[in-house]
This record gives sequence, structure tokens and C-alpha cells, in this order.
Amino acid sequence: MGYLRRKALFYLVAVWAAVTLNFLIPRLIKGNPVDAVLAKTQNMTPMSPEARRALELQFGVSDDPLWQQYLGYLGNLLRGEFGLSVAYYPTPVSKVLSQSLPWTVVMVGIATVLSVLLGIALGTLAGWRRGTWLDALVPTTTFLAAIPYFWLALVLLWLLGGVLGWFPLNSGYSYETTIGFNWPFLRSAVHHGILPAASIVVASVAGWLLGMRNMMVSTMAEDYVLTAEAKGLRPRRIMIQYAARNAVLPSVAGFAITLGFVVSGSIATEIVFSYPGVGMNLVAAVANADYPLLQGIFLVISLAVLGANFVVDLLYALIDPRTRQAG
Amino acid sequence: MATVETQRDVTGDVVPGVVVPDRRPRWRGLLRSRKLASGLAIVGFFAVVAVLGPLLVGDPNLVSDDRLLAPSAEHLLGTTTTGQDVFRQLVAATRGSMLVGLVVGLLATVVSVLVGVLGGYAGGHADESLSLVSNVFLVLPGLPLVVLITDYVQTRGALAIALIVSITAWAGSARVLRAQTLSLRSRDYVDAARVSGEPGWRIVTFEILPNLLPLIAAQFVFAVVGGILTEAALAFLGLGGSGSWGTMLYFAQNSQALSQGAWWWFVPPGLCIALVGAGLALINFSLDELINPRLRVPRRPRRTGPA
Repeated sequence: MGYLRRKALFYLVAVWAAVTLNFLIPRLIKGNPVDAVLAKTQNMTPMSPEARRALELQFGVSDDPLWQQYLGYLGNLLRGEFGLSVAYYPTPVSKVLSQSLPWTVVMVGIATVLSVLLGIALGTLAGWRRGTWLDALVPTTTFLAAIPYFWLALVLLWLLGGVLGWFPLNSGYSYETTIGFNWPFLRSAVHHGILPAASIVVASVAGWLLGMRNMMVSTMAEDYVLTAEAKGLRPRRIMIQYAARNAVLPSVAGFAITLGFVVSGSIATEIVFSYPGVGMNLVAAVANADYPLLQGIFLVISLAVLGANFVVDLLYALIDPRTRQAG
Repeated sequence: MATVETQRDVTGDVVPGVVVPDRRPRWRGLLRSRKLASGLAIVGFFAVVAVLGPLLVGDPNLVSDDRLLAPSAEHLLGTTTTGQDVFRQLVAATRGSMLVGLVVGLLATVVSVLVGVLGGYAGGHADESLSLVSNVFLVLPGLPLVVLITDYVQTRGALAIALIVSITAWAGSARVLRAQTLSLRSRDYVDAARVSGEPGWRIVTFEILPNLLPLIAAQFVFAVVGGILTEAALAFLGLGGSGSWGTMLYFAQNSQALSQGAWWWFVPPGLCIALVGAGLALINFSLDELINPRLRVPRRPRRTGPA
């Protein structure tokens, strides 16, 4: 199976590139996380060289040749060791991430899927009924698409949370509840998640709508759609099974790329809502010069994106047989 | 994504049969489009503000005792918690944001043309390795990578930020341009040029590039929007340069403008970004319609009207 092998090879290269970039960037630019910790925690007393050396060992700083550091780094990754977080010192990065990832993945994941489904459905209609009032969707959504998603989040929070008081102003759940599979917690989590999710859906639905509409318009000029019309098939059937089925292909490919946003695209939204996800970690990492955490986040996001893309590539081969043959 | 596909359509033989009978030259038809006119008007307005505005309004960083005032005749858009005039800041930030957008657009376009067109035309190993590189950049998550690099570089100039944002902005365009170059390369007129002994660089610059122009323009506009949005997000996270719309939002957020109900502080910058983005998108739509005639709504019914 040539297609599969080629794809697998590509993703191996991509993973390697992400991992290596992650290794190189800090070493190329500047080195020492220990200085960052010291800058944060030192209380004016100079540190003994031994204590400094101990800290350096903890953070994996060494004077070994680069290739040796690289091998050690790869080994640590395989064991899931990203080092210690500075911002949440002394919690290991992997633990920090395992606490925040579920929040982001669930909330943004649901929002993304909703937005894609809504956009494709509306886009199909807008393309099918061109020249009717649905055309007004295009300028409206153009404006919506250009809005920075975190600004929309700010405005929604101000209007619906602040002025009207319908939704909580921050956090991902009510602190009176305990995290776990219990009813009060789940209810408060959903209540806290509606606003961030809604802001993501509103800000991103337009892109899907426009892409789908344009593809519908192109597809509807194809001969097979004309043939279907000539055969006297019901319009509904032509729309869904002939036109939309083919027009949706680029959206599926786009969905793959967007899956990356499930973890990364919501960073600023999480800041607005003080949502306990990966975005909050990222900002805490930036504010505290927490390079291990920063690297860990980048790596987790990269791997998630690459994995999602790989799965969708495989799906794509199932939906569209042409991809299996074409180079 | 839509552009990739519409491209593939143009390259087929189907297109000429579908074009609405329309004798006008394509570019002139484009200029009459209302979408383009309104898009250009919006973007032009902000460009003028970016160039001239900061000279006309006073110092945006001037602090005063008028803290957190609502909009009034004296302060058109109110003041911040340190008594700075929001309107002045907005005008100054226009320059920052537009500059970053422009630089990102230019850089990303140049790189994507080099990688996409040269790779697509050269073919073979060069093409394969170039498209591997752009595919890798396409799947690497953009914003986190930019955050990572910005945080390490620790320079916050507008140009440095633009440079970093460009690193992740070129790959999509390169892929689109490569696809179109591949299809142009095998056209008869290019074969004819090659047979008649035209050198490679001449074929690329005089036969292929002119036909790619609308597409390149569309990718440029797209990159400008992306640049402005990415810079805004970066600045909002506290990694921005000095004075952009994102920086304003960052300070508004950090000064609790939201809970104090100071809407005049955080609403205008976002609106400006949305307006510029919408204006650029409108320009892109008309370019899209130029590239893919099927997207044009037939004008016949309109022409029978009183005009």
C-alpha cells in the first residue's frame, strides 16, 4: 500500500522535525533555565556552586556535546519525562499537562466539531440556493470570520456574563464542587464551558461556511450534477448525494488542519475566561520563563496535531479513492 | 482550502465552457465589482490612518488624572485606567498592526512564491524536498511555535515580531502556488516556449508568473489578515511589540477593563481588526471570483434593470 507508506513516512519526518525544533530552539537562542528559576526564587542570597549544580542537573542542563544531549533528550521524551515545571515548581511538566489537557480537549473539541457541522450544513444550503436571501450570509460571515476569536470572547463575556449575568465570569467549574464524575461538577463544568465554546463556534463557523459554499458552487457546474437533474432526481437528493458529497472533500482536509486548533487555537480564549486548560499553562509558562513547560506544551500540541492529521489522511483515502492513486 | 480546490477547477478544461458570456476584459470587470470597491475603501481608510494618523493626534502614552472616563467630546473613546486617551492609542495602534500585517504579507508571499513556483517548475528532487518542507511547516502548530520562538528571542520590535510570524505563514500559500504552477507547466504555451529555446528563468518570470498573479495577490491578502490576527493574539498573550491593537487588548484585559465595564477600551481595537479583516476578505473574494468564474453571480438579470 504505497499511499499508506508515503503518509506514514511523511508524518515520521514531521514528528522528527517538531521534536528537533523543540530541542534546538532553546539551545540556539539561550540556554539556562536555572537562571530563570533563580531570577524567580532567589532571595538575594548568592547560591553556592554545589546547589546551583544540583538545580542544573534537575533541569537537565549539561555541558555534554550537543549530540549526547540530543540523545538524552530523545530518551527522556520516550519515557514521557519533560522535566520540572518552573511556574508550578516542583511539579513535573507531564503532570501539569495531564491536568490541563482534558479541559481544553473536551471544550474546544466539542466547539470545533459543532462549528464544522454547522458551517458545512449552512454552506451547502447557501451554495445550493444561490441568488436568494442566503447570499447575505456571505458578507455577514466575512465580518465574523475576521473577528479575533479572543476579542469575541471578551465581548460575549462582558455582555452575557457581566451585564446580563447569565454565565459565570471565570474558571472552568465551580470551586464548591469536586472534580470527578458527579452531577454537580459536570453541571457546573458545562455551565462554565458554554460561553467559551460559543465564542469559538461563532468566530470559526464562517470559514467553513464560505469554503463549503464556494465548493458547492463549483461542484454544481459539473456535468454529473446536470445529468442528475436531467434524470429528474429529487433536488434534495441531488444537493446532498451528488453535489455536497463531492464538495465536502476540501472541508474534510481542512478539518484535519483545524484539529490542531483544538489544543492551540483556544489559548487566548482560555485567558479571557481563566479556563484551566493548556492555554493558561502556556501563559503561566511565558510569564515565569518556564521553558520546560513551554517545550512540553509545544511538543504535546505538535504531536496531537500530527496524530489528528494522520488519522484524517487515512479517512480521506477511504472517502475519496482518487487520493490513494494520485501522487 | 477553498482556494486549492478552486484552483484545480481552473486548471481543468471545463472552465472555458462555463464562463458566463462576458466580453469585458477580466481585470476591468473586477474593478467594477462592489465587493472590491468596498474592500479597497475600508483597507485604504485604515492605511491612511496608519500613515497619517499618528502625526495628527497627540501622544498616545500621555497619562493624566482623567482615569477610566466614558467617551465624551474631550476623549472620543474615553480613557484608560492610567488616564491615557483611548482614541489616540487606537490611532497609534493602527500603524503598528497594519505594519506587521504588511510585512508578514510581503515576507510570506516572497517565500511562498520562491518555494512554490520554483519547486513546482523545477520538479524532481528539488520539488519533493521543498514540498516536504512546506508540508511539515503546514502541520506544525503555528501560534504555539510563534509563542515559543518569541519567548526565546526576547526582542519585541514590530519587525522582529513580523519576521517570526512569517515563519509559520508561508507554507499554505506555497502549496497552493505549487499546485497551480504544476498545472501551468504542462500547458501547451509553456511547452512551446521551452521548445523555442527560452531559458528557464524567462519561462518562469514571463510565462508562468503573470498567470499566477491573481492567485499570488489573493495569497498576499490572506497572509496580511493572518499576520494581523496572529500578531493580535501574540500581543494579547503579552508577547507583542509596542503599540498594536492586540497590545491595547492586553492592557485592557490586565487592567480589569472587563469587570469595570470599560467597554470603550476593549471594544474598538477588536472592531478595527474585524473591519480590516473583512475589508481584506472582500478584496480576496473578488480575486477569487476572478480566478474561478463559476463563483461569479451571473450579471445578466442585473443588466436588464434601469442601468
